[in-house]
Amino acid sequence: MHELSIVSSIVETVTETLAALPDTSRGARVLEVRLRVGALASVIPESLEFCWGIASEGTPLEGSKLVVNVLPVVIHCVPCGQDAELEGVQSFRCPRCGEPCSDMRQGRELEIDSIEIEDGEEKL
Amino acid sequence: MTTRIVELRRGILKKNDELAAALRASYTAAGVLVLNLVSSPGTGKTAFLERTLKELKAKGLRVAALVGDLETDNDARRLASSGAPVRQINTHGICHLDAEMIGKHLDGWEGVTLGGLDYLFIENVGNLVCPSSYDLGEKIRVALLSVTEGEDKPLKYPTLFNSADAAVITKIDIAEPCGFDRELALRNINEIRPGIRIFETSAKTGAGMEEWLAYLAEERVGRGR
Repeated sequence: MHELSIVSSIVETVTETLAALPDTSRGARVLEVRLRVGALASVIPESLEFCWGIASEGTPLEGSKLVVNVLPVVIHCVPCGQDAELEGVQSFRCPRCGEPCSDMRQGRELEIDSIEIEDGEEKL
Repeated sequence: MTTRIVELRRGILKKNDELAAALRASYTAAGVLVLNLVSSPGTGKTAFLERTLKELKAKGLRVAALVGDLETDNDARRLASSGAPVRQINTHGICHLDAEMIGKHLDGWEGVTLGGLDYLFIENVGNLVCPSSYDLGEKIRVALLSVTEGEDKPLKYPTLFNSADAAVITKIDIAEPCGFDRELALRNINEIRPGIRIFETSAKTGAGMEEWLAYLAEERVGRGR
């Protein structure tokens, strides 16, 4: 359960980003934060959402929505010469040919994809 | 009022990843092989590490260990009996070690410099979930599993086993009374991480230690790759 520290890190990064945007007006607030989370990232979307309210309180992110986009594991199968998406994380075999495969191309992401912001009234 | 989308594409653990990359560079420069040991509480990480430290020391190799726990320095005191320098990291409730904690504890470690070591072992907090997200700059991540835990643990915790470079099965001296299904355990580990090196060991009897030590020697020769 390290979701609270992950969420705190997201809040920190977004707050910094917001402050660094050159054309952001005073009082800008965040409406939505979109994440890309790999199926093997070992975080639980529900737990992130659970911590979101507490971690964003008193920041420009307060009241914003957290959207977690879960990415499936993608492996590269050498015999098939192609990438393949795995249905789950219980078996690392190519779904086409059944060969075991440890060359992972997607599934461990833990990223902030984008944010939606609303500019305030007063321009700087 | 206008709304707009700002693309970020930023890694959430970027700060840890950057610190870990700097640590990795310092390990490589110092020529020390660093291993991160991860398992559930009770798997026998400390006993396995204690034996490993003693055997490496007996071969004249320079070893040290950082050991993470939520509270107490019991493990550090136990490991210190091996004669190797050991430093405890108390996380005070945090469920994993991170690169910043490692950096802080390497700094000002009395009598220990990375350049003066052949091997540095990091015993992570007993937890099969969170440590897998935190790179400590290690070259080898070792996932440990004891015969008392159930053969399906790799399937239940695929993230950790998939990110490991080597797997160690511990307590094989009591495999039989535990009804441990060896074939099934090996198959499950391979299902999650095809081709991973697996060591079957007992810290009590010393079974499998020779193969493990040979692996450590091979990896040290190839260090900095």
